[in-house]
Amino acid sequence: MSRIKSPAELEAFRKEILAQRDPDKPCITLCSGSACNATGSGKVAAALELEIEKQGVTTEVVSRRTGCHGFCEQGPIVVIYPQGICYLKVQPEDIAEIISETIKKQKIVERLLYVDPNSGERATLEEDIPFYKYQKRLVLGSNRKIDPRSLEDYLAVEGYQAIAKVLFEMTPEQVVGEVKDAKLRGRGGAGFPSGLKWDFARNAPGDQKYVVVNCDEGDPGAYMDRSVMEGNPFAVLEGLMIGAYAIGANEGYIYVRQEYPLAVANLTVAIEKAEEYGLLGKNILGSGFDFTIKVHRGAGAFICGEETSLLNSLEGKAGEPNARPPFPAIRGLWSKPTNINNVETWANIPMIINKGAAFFSAIGTESSKGTKIFSLVGKVNNTGLVEVPMGASLRDIIFKIGGGVPGDKKFKAVQTGGPSGGCLPEDLLDTKVDFDELSQAGAMMGSGGMIVMDEDTCLVDIARYFLAFLSDESCGKCTPCREGIRQMLKILTNMTKGLAKEGDIDLLFELAEATKGSSMCALGKTAPNPVLSTLNHFREEYEAHINEKRCPSLSCKELIAFHIEPEKCKGCGACFRKCPAEAIEGGKKRIHVVVQEKCTKCGGCHEACPAAFDAVKILSGVPVPEATPEEARAIG
Amino acid sequence: MSEISLQIDGKEVAVSAGTTILEAARSLGIEIPTVCDHAQLSPYGACRICTVEADANGRTNLVASCQYPVEKDMVVRTKTEQVDKIRKVLLEQMLSHAPDSEQLVALGQIYGADRDRFEKEASFCILCGLCVRYCAEVKKKDAISFFDRGAKREIAFLPEIAMQECWDCKECFPLCPTSALQAAYVLTEALMTPTEPAAPSCGGGCSSSEGCG
Repeated sequence: MSRIKSPAELEAFRKEILAQRDPDKPCITLCSGSACNATGSGKVAAALELEIEKQGVTTEVVSRRTGCHGFCEQGPIVVIYPQGICYLKVQPEDIAEIISETIKKQKIVERLLYVDPNSGERATLEEDIPFYKYQKRLVLGSNRKIDPRSLEDYLAVEGYQAIAKVLFEMTPEQVVGEVKDAKLRGRGGAGFPSGLKWDFARNAPGDQKYVVVNCDEGDPGAYMDRSVMEGNPFAVLEGLMIGAYAIGANEGYIYVRQEYPLAVANLTVAIEKAEEYGLLGKNILGSGFDFTIKVHRGAGAFICGEETSLLNSLEGKAGEPNARPPFPAIRGLWSKPTNINNVETWANIPMIINKGAAFFSAIGTESSKGTKIFSLVGKVNNTGLVEVPMGASLRDIIFKIGGGVPGDKKFKAVQTGGPSGGCLPEDLLDTKVDFDELSQAGAMMGSGGMIVMDEDTCLVDIARYFLAFLSDESCGKCTPCREGIRQMLKILTNMTKGLAKEGDIDLLFELAEATKGSSMCALGKTAPNPVLSTLNHFREEYEAHINEKRCPSLSCKELIAFHIEPEKCKGCGACFRKCPAEAIEGGKKRIHVVVQEKCTKCGGCHEACPAAFDAVKILSGVPVPEATPEEARAIG
Repeated sequence: MSEISLQIDGKEVAVSAGTTILEAARSLGIEIPTVCDHAQLSPYGACRICTVEADANGRTNLVASCQYPVEKDMVVRTKTEQVDKIRKVLLEQMLSHAPDSEQLVALGQIYGADRDRFEKEASFCILCGLCVRYCAEVKKKDAISFFDRGAKREIAFLPEIAMQECWDCKECFPLCPTSALQAAYVLTEALMTPTEPAAPSCGGGCSSSEGCG
């Protein structure tokens, strides 16, 4: 295929692609995002190719390896269109049956269907699975339909329609106006109105301007941007190009973290294809607009997700922030006006242009429009990526989509907004996902991390964990961030070890105020959030750690002890066999005893003790009862 | 350059655009405490002691006065209860590294900082970056730099450059607010540590403290 030289040629090409595709022909899509690859999608793909050949259905079926479908817990995922039959946890040996039954005989392979853990009901179609049913996948939706490396696939789902419209029917002002009217706010964390940001860069004096994609997603457990970049790179490229046209830039950079090799690979192929078809480079679609893109791989620093640090890193300097103002819109990459947006923000742009600002701004709440992707992880049944309209409640996300907390455990808290977000308790579960409402509740939208915690999670330890992460990831340039986090981390670590002192809570508040108030960049300014939000909502846990040396969640190792209740022990030996530290004294028909000095508190004995006996107890804040004397240990 | 008028601690002042709040305050004779500021160096914003409260565009923010440019009709307060509390904590954090630093002790007295509040840290260095920036910006040698990040950040001389440049310079020593010996110590350590013990000749990895001549 040669370069596409005009919008008419683009549409002709699109028609040609669509004409070759029969929408009723069975299409087997296999999720091939990083998560499904880890659970064996590659082997399933090989089996699929082989089996299609072997069973002689090459002409009757299309197979496609797509980006992430979102339901990562249940991967590898196979969805068969046009019906949308969804098979989960598919292994290579299941493929023969899928083809012989579902493709040839239109029969469902029951054992591969989703089973609701609460009701036990099966769901045949993707749209009937509660995890998908309550989502609104405007950004992630295309992921399951297209091969991320196929420009033809992207064109088949309205791809590059928006850039054609922008280049030939809209002025740059109109494009900025559309994004402003859509009320799109940045998906990277701060939630700044994107249209306004574009306007700043557009109006900044200077001939040379840049646009940048921030794909340095570093929040622990969050992978929204990775999945968009892996699964639909053309949408990000198109969004970026629209932004470049709007602000007057001809060069773009995509900053992707090194740890996302598949995203880099798919993106690189997408850029090559776009260049080949003339959808990047000189005189795009004959409009006279030139645009080139370079991919830059980040070297593994969380701080580079902060925009000024990212720009420093792009320039080859250490990833450390600069003071703002001047903002990058005025003085950014190589001191030129630069507009940086997050992957998800850019991926929203083609849709806003195609469907219009009114469509977009009709979704969501007063102050937050459109949808937001969250990575729902932790103690929740259905982990994965979920995209919901702004305004959905945390309760709906966790319980309706996420299927609630596994086992008989009770929900305790949800942490939103990444390491510098906040933990919200059960009574705030009706909080809506909305930039302002989450901030008011003491958490934040962040880039969309959502970690669910159950009753076994110690919130003091969670605060310690996040502060430890931030202590490693702070660049160390300014005192309040570097030293403030260091001191807060020491206090929290002491608390989890039973070494806390009276007055430590006040000291935490004082350190938090200084760090929040005087740090240079957002990392420091938000670093105290895990401490402040847990102190606000779970203060009694802190007090138990300080005053009683007790961990209410029975999780802090140095504050707990394992004890076998002599009257309940049946001498079965399950705990004795499980103990890796030889810390249990037992014997046939004898009461078992934990030797506290040897115990490593791994919890193996507690898990091993049959539920009917329930003899192994975890103690905290109380002395461990004296061990039964040797001579009194015989049972019955 | 256009003039920008603003108010600092109740006093009106007009300065050219691009001036920092710190410079504007100094022009009024208002003293804002600083540690990492230096007349010959560009503002860096590391110590944050110069944090002030500023109202601009309908918002009140805490900003580092050494870096923040003045804005039209800005109202700045250089001493408030919150600002003083922040300065006290920051000084206490720095004093945990350098309890005997004359400059920090003197500032600590003003803000009521307790130098024993936090456990003593192993390094005297408060990472103000004066040595690093002076070597880079004024001497243009880059013989000393920051290494690592977060709580592990430290300064170190690059032996390859230091052995060529440092012996007859040492202009960074007196800049150090915690101890002039800090820089000297780090320098000596850099030059005493063989970086490439297996290499006999000087490929920049010479292990002799005399230099390899």
